[in-house]
Amino acid sequence: MSILVIAEHDNTTLKAGTRNTLTAASKLGGPVDILIAGYNCQAVAQAAASLAGVNTVKVADAAHLADGLAENLAALVVSIATGYSHILAPASTYGKNFLPRVAALLDVAQISEISGVVDANTFVRPIYAGNALATVESKDTVKVITVRTTSFDAAGEGGTAAIEAIATPADLGCTTLVGRELSVSERPELGAAKIVVSGGRGLGSSENYQKVLAPLADKLGAAMGASRAAVDAGFAPNDYQVGQTGKIVAPQLYIAVGISGAIQHLAGMKESKVIVAINKDADAPIFQVADYGLVGDLFELVPQLTAAL
Amino acid sequence: MSIKILVPIKRVVDYNVKIRVKADHTGVELDNVKMSMNPFDEIAVEEAVRLKEAGVAVEVVAVTCGTAAAQDVLRSALALGADRAILVEVDVAQLETLQPLAVAKLLKAVAQQEQPGLVICGKQAIDDDASQTGQMLAALQGWPQATFASKVVIADGKATVTREVDGGLETIAVTLPAVISTDLRLNEPRYASLPNIMKAKKKPFSVLTAASLGIDITPRLTTRSVNEPPKRSAGIRVGDVAQLVEKLKNEAKVI
Repeated sequence: MSILVIAEHDNTTLKAGTRNTLTAASKLGGPVDILIAGYNCQAVAQAAASLAGVNTVKVADAAHLADGLAENLAALVVSIATGYSHILAPASTYGKNFLPRVAALLDVAQISEISGVVDANTFVRPIYAGNALATVESKDTVKVITVRTTSFDAAGEGGTAAIEAIATPADLGCTTLVGRELSVSERPELGAAKIVVSGGRGLGSSENYQKVLAPLADKLGAAMGASRAAVDAGFAPNDYQVGQTGKIVAPQLYIAVGISGAIQHLAGMKESKVIVAINKDADAPIFQVADYGLVGDLFELVPQLTAAL
Repeated sequence: MSIKILVPIKRVVDYNVKIRVKADHTGVELDNVKMSMNPFDEIAVEEAVRLKEAGVAVEVVAVTCGTAAAQDVLRSALALGADRAILVEVDVAQLETLQPLAVAKLLKAVAQQEQPGLVICGKQAIDDDASQTGQMLAALQGWPQATFASKVVIADGKATVTREVDGGLETIAVTLPAVISTDLRLNEPRYASLPNIMKAKKKPFSVLTAASLGIDITPRLTTRSVNEPPKRSAGIRVGDVAQLVEKLKNEAKVI
């Protein structure tokens, strides 16, 4: 039986999480195909073909697939599902959006956001904001899975997979893209960054968030993140949110500035290799998970840290 | 236009509770634990009630799949302004293994009876963190979906929805009927006032069963075990920035 990975991309570049999803797929024991669904997306197909461990790149190229909308994408995946034992996508907002539709249309369960593969039928997944890990076994003939990308290494280069064009079902026509406001940043992608500098309510304002944290992030080549409180207060955009319902990150170094450490926030960052907390409240829960804690005024300490690096 | 809105809600362990894994590793301790409406579902109820207050909707119907104990979250939804509640009742053993696909099928059966013009649900439940049910219901109904909504405008038979996506925000227009799932910043739910809590007790409340709806809710996944994640132990306090930099360079070797 073969395995299908659905690539996340923007018709130009392959998103990093696709590589981690590929690694999860490679643990299932079978040839792995990648589906590129998009419009004028040949460059993405080429990039996917060069990934290690890919058997065939299937390309569905059609105008109504340009925006990655769930209804047409799910219909496409269902149309090619026969013969696959597993269908995987990254547990990003992209994968979480369309893959449950695929599962429902195939009348199978979805196994959400797996963090481990026990065997081809059995998977580990976090529940209750990562405060428990469930090991679940699927009896379905097709396993439909989203993958927590920070739990798997990124697949490397070195593949020479064949690229094959496939037919696309007709446009369902029920959804149209009106527009996008995407954050433009020179910084690394939050979900894949090696270092993350993250700010919380303690920063007090969006001006302070930028003034205090941006120079530190620049110095470290880090991505910037935020707690839910900081995003709700308008200090940072929604896509900066780290936590149970935001992004899950696991960088080499996570620097939490003015973040108290609610369990919902910890759920999004406690797999980081090294955690630094800077907070004036010595009793803040963030210190219970921090490798290095520094108690004091962030407005003095963060500029000092930036200067010392 | 004036539509009926169906709002599926779920009774979950309250978000303030620190959960404990059962000693026999079969699940999470639920005895004597405070239960509440899933926070994202409160946002869904609030949005539906606001659409009714704005004259877009004529009726808001809250529905949950659970045991008789789930009446409390339906009463909460009624106190927030829903007009009517439906409990799709399952027994305790069935609830333990009730999974998103089965819930989506139950909701489909309810939707076929109720014929709503819109379904608004939470984007995920904070217990199983699955984030599946709304999308599955939309698929089973052959409806479009707009997940992770931070803004909803209903007009001309369409919902124009701004969605919180990984790169920022995305706005899509979907034809109705459709399923919308709510993200955190869609609205801030009101608190139920005492008079509204009293009024909720008199609002219509009906009970259905999975069997009466003719839906097979046999679980597709079997939980083999539930374990605590590896504990992360607290590290050390450093005295100043110089010591922090020294530790990051020479001990942790991450900069």
